[in-house]
Amino acid sequence: MYTASFFTDPDFIRVLYIFAFGCFIFGLHLLNHPRSARRGNIVAAVGMAIAVIATLLYDFVGDYLLILLGIAIGTVVGVPAARRVRMTAMPQMVALFNGVGGGAVALISFVEYREALHHAGGNPALDQLIPILLAAIIGSISFWGSNIAFGKLQEILPGRPISLPGQQLINGALLLTAVGSAIAIAAGTESQGLFLLILVSAAVLGNMFVMPIGGADMPVVISLLNAFTGLSAAAAGVALDNVALIVGGMLVGASGSILTKQMAEAMNRSIANIFAGGFGGVSVAPSADGEQKPVRSTDAADVAIQLAYASKVVVAPGYGMAVAQAQHTVRELADELEKRGIRVDFAIHPVAGRMPGHMNVLLAEADVPYDHLKEMDEINPEFAQTDVALVIGANDVTNPAARENEGSPIYGMPILDVDKAAQVIVLKRSMNTGFAGIDNPLFYNENTSLLFGDAKESVAAVLAQVKEL
Amino acid sequence: MDLLTELTILVLAAFVGFEVISKVPNTLHTPLMSATNAIHGIVLLGGLLLIGEASGFLDELLLVIAIAFGTINIVGGFLVTDRMLEMFKRRD
Repeated sequence: MYTASFFTDPDFIRVLYIFAFGCFIFGLHLLNHPRSARRGNIVAAVGMAIAVIATLLYDFVGDYLLILLGIAIGTVVGVPAARRVRMTAMPQMVALFNGVGGGAVALISFVEYREALHHAGGNPALDQLIPILLAAIIGSISFWGSNIAFGKLQEILPGRPISLPGQQLINGALLLTAVGSAIAIAAGTESQGLFLLILVSAAVLGNMFVMPIGGADMPVVISLLNAFTGLSAAAAGVALDNVALIVGGMLVGASGSILTKQMAEAMNRSIANIFAGGFGGVSVAPSADGEQKPVRSTDAADVAIQLAYASKVVVAPGYGMAVAQAQHTVRELADELEKRGIRVDFAIHPVAGRMPGHMNVLLAEADVPYDHLKEMDEINPEFAQTDVALVIGANDVTNPAARENEGSPIYGMPILDVDKAAQVIVLKRSMNTGFAGIDNPLFYNENTSLLFGDAKESVAAVLAQVKEL
Repeated sequence: MDLLTELTILVLAAFVGFEVISKVPNTLHTPLMSATNAIHGIVLLGGLLLIGEASGFLDELLLVIAIAFGTINIVGGFLVTDRMLEMFKRRD
């Protein structure tokens, strides 16, 4: 039949692919601005639908029942997970979605190798084999690395850095095993066992290289793993001669790499340094004399008075706000203050929370207009004219040791200069150190007072007091 | 398609990826990461391309899992991004 052959014509399918990645690129372009971002995401999703439908048109694509089964399982799992996840748990969710993508790549590369052995009776040609091997290594690292990142963020695994003695050596040996086995296969060895060895050693490597990374570095890790999965998908695309897969995967590989680099720069550290176990490797020395330094604690009524008589307040939120789900209460407090003519801005550190833009998402959820969210470089000069800096559950990103103490593990990391405000109020659960386990001299400053307790309850108490004034 | 054509496409796509992303403001980093995350779910196509010719139960099983994984990646990724972006509003 003419129509059938037209639609299943490989050239027609390729034209659809061109539409599909056009949608991806245009969608990413729209993501540049908050106003058009939502449309951008939808455009990209439409591109994906076109790519999937186009692929189903190939006449060699079959076993529709099995395909339907796979898609049904994926939808049943994915949709409710995406609908139900709380905004605060978003980083874990992204890690998990990223992981399954990497897992899919690893599985596909393994099957492709097995099929080649089965059908062709030997290793595929090198232009196919090498990308298969690359996809297997990177996909497997990404799958397991993402799972560990998920475990750490979900607090199934301890968030603190865990490392073994000789970690670098072990990682080196694992990488060597994976790459060595890949070279052996590429050199002509036909062995599924060797291929499995690649997958397994890359899997262990994925575990090992995320384990020693502490919470403060987690945003960079998730971003890097995102890029990895993209690259592995592009490699799978070369192996399968599929343009949509090549372009889609590579777009993510490239954008993820840029994002990773930007985030590492925001912390004034090289990517290599982070993965050499930077934060993790440094043990934190207790304060020189080892004695308890005095801190000034305060109560909600005092904080309310300080805020109500300020003319400019800057809120510096961190992971503590996310954990306590305090963002809505914080917004109510900001509204109440603004009603009294007080300017309230939010200072967003690029790596506050557990992923880039984490705070932006939470505050957007709470309806804080995005023109009140100020990035670090924009807000830092303003602290000198700020009456009250309200630090809510942020620690490491406000630590002046990063500016002053050369011995500190976070020395050189750009921070929010909250200590330059006239008054600093820190909302904290307890005197425990932050995720990175580093003491914060900010707490002992003369213009700093601490309000202990759950962030949400504290903010609610302050709000109640402000309303009574 | 020959390898060199594929490599050409690969390199050009990489530069498009660099360019289109380097203008994204900090505010949108999380949704951006989440959206690109959904896009690499395109690896689903790999599962679709292979399953018709898969021989044997094990390969079919692995590919069904891969297709399910890819679908989770795509559907979950785009939905979660949409939920985030829905909240980016300017106060009137």
